[in-house]
Amino acid sequence: MSKIKKLLFVVCLIPAIWLTIALFTDQLGANPIEAVTRQTGLWALRFLWITLLITPLRWLTGWNELVKFRRLLGLYVFFYAVLHMLLYLGLDQFFDISEIIKDIIKRPFITIGFFTFTALIPLVITSNNAMVKRMGGRRWKQLHRLTYVIAIASSVHFYMLVKLDKVEPLIYMGLLIILLTPRLYRYAKTIALKSQFGI
Amino acid sequence: MLIKKARLGELAASEITDYGVYLNRRQFLNTAAIAATASLLPLSLASAASNPEPTYKDLVKSAYSTDESATTFESITTYNNFYEFGTDKGSPALMATEFPDKSKPWRITIEGECDKPGEYDYDDLIRPFTLEERIYRLRCVEGWSMVIPWVGFPLADLIKRAQPNSRAKFVEFTTLYDPEQMPGQNRNVLDWPYVEGLRIDEAMNPLTLLSVGLYGKELLGQNGAPIRLVVPWKYGFKSIKSIVRIRFVESLPQSAWMKAGPNEYGFYSNVNPDVDHPRWSQGRERRIGEFLKRKTEMFNGYGEEVAQMYTGMDLRKYF
Repeated sequence: MSKIKKLLFVVCLIPAIWLTIALFTDQLGANPIEAVTRQTGLWALRFLWITLLITPLRWLTGWNELVKFRRLLGLYVFFYAVLHMLLYLGLDQFFDISEIIKDIIKRPFITIGFFTFTALIPLVITSNNAMVKRMGGRRWKQLHRLTYVIAIASSVHFYMLVKLDKVEPLIYMGLLIILLTPRLYRYAKTIALKSQFGI
Repeated sequence: MLIKKARLGELAASEITDYGVYLNRRQFLNTAAIAATASLLPLSLASAASNPEPTYKDLVKSAYSTDESATTFESITTYNNFYEFGTDKGSPALMATEFPDKSKPWRITIEGECDKPGEYDYDDLIRPFTLEERIYRLRCVEGWSMVIPWVGFPLADLIKRAQPNSRAKFVEFTTLYDPEQMPGQNRNVLDWPYVEGLRIDEAMNPLTLLSVGLYGKELLGQNGAPIRLVVPWKYGFKSIKSIVRIRFVESLPQSAWMKAGPNEYGFYSNVNPDVDHPRWSQGRERRIGEFLKRKTEMFNGYGEEVAQMYTGMDLRKYF
């Protein structure tokens, strides 16, 4: 199992390695900074969607070991989100704090993006075993439901920044609905059961 | 102030730098980030292509040209917004390689409120005009910019021949509609065909150009072949590509982008760092090939030639 995990660790790095090579060998087109900012954002989104796939896949296949990969994938969401954020702060705004604050207040898609990034931080801090223990499983689970809010917000962020052709963000939104539906279904069933037995 | 007065015997941009160098020069080398890692990059400097003859020779050098260094030919021809060939910036260069179909004649109709309407073949239309080279800044509404050595002639020259009457308050331009040649038109991202418009005085302004080439060569499909508009003080989308109709009209034309987003894209769309796009700032721009962003200039730096046309107008209202 740990071998698969090590392999997964390396595989998840491939987009970052590829982007770095492409950037330094001039393969990202005429506007490489825009391209690399966009790509890191997209990879953060993709890893979040993959992370959200773990649970329904477990239900579907019964392969419960899958949950062991979830933390690694979740941390990669943060890794790509950090790169995305740093590129925005550094190469779009050149760390001009007053401009950045103005941007966050004035531009709804930046506001949402900033919120999404901030919401990832408590999840990363509480991602190790010690924190799970300290918080207790139930509270930890409650906090990590924030992931759903983050997923919805990040797909809205993507939708809003696209100038006109909304097909790509709509595909991600559609996939998110598919990922969330089995959870809602289970939740509804649990509620129904609970009320039936008066719990 | 930003205008360089042309002197006799001055060279065209296409003559100064070897065309092969334009094709292959990797612009990102110029940036600060890459300077530090230049040792990693010898591959991108190899193989300079041979120097093809420019199509247009003895071009008149325009006094309206900027002396800023031109964006590379490669960037100008691979980073395009031309939704008729897909919404991705790279797709026009890939999808427009055969455009326009040389077996079909390119017809341009001049009509509406004018005394000399007509329908012309492309060659007949441009024959009477003296082509010149004009190096203009181009500022895209998305926040990036280029410097492009266009080949063309003033739109005013064509308008004078068409003799618009007193009801001609605006000029409306239309792009070809042919989904077979322009596969992007199969999707309803914009209300095809693409339409743009200018007020008659804007159209008559000496800066307004009809372009048939760049870097001394005929326009490529992705840049709006065979003939396009260039309005350097307005956002790039006003400079409509692959024109088939020019119509003189009395009322303000509805452009494709006005229909797509009336709150985001106005009729005037003058470059203006003080009036933001609803979703992003217009205060700064990234010049393609440069690392740092630069400040966006009012009217894209062409205020001296065009500001008087907007005296007394609230440019926030007429964005």
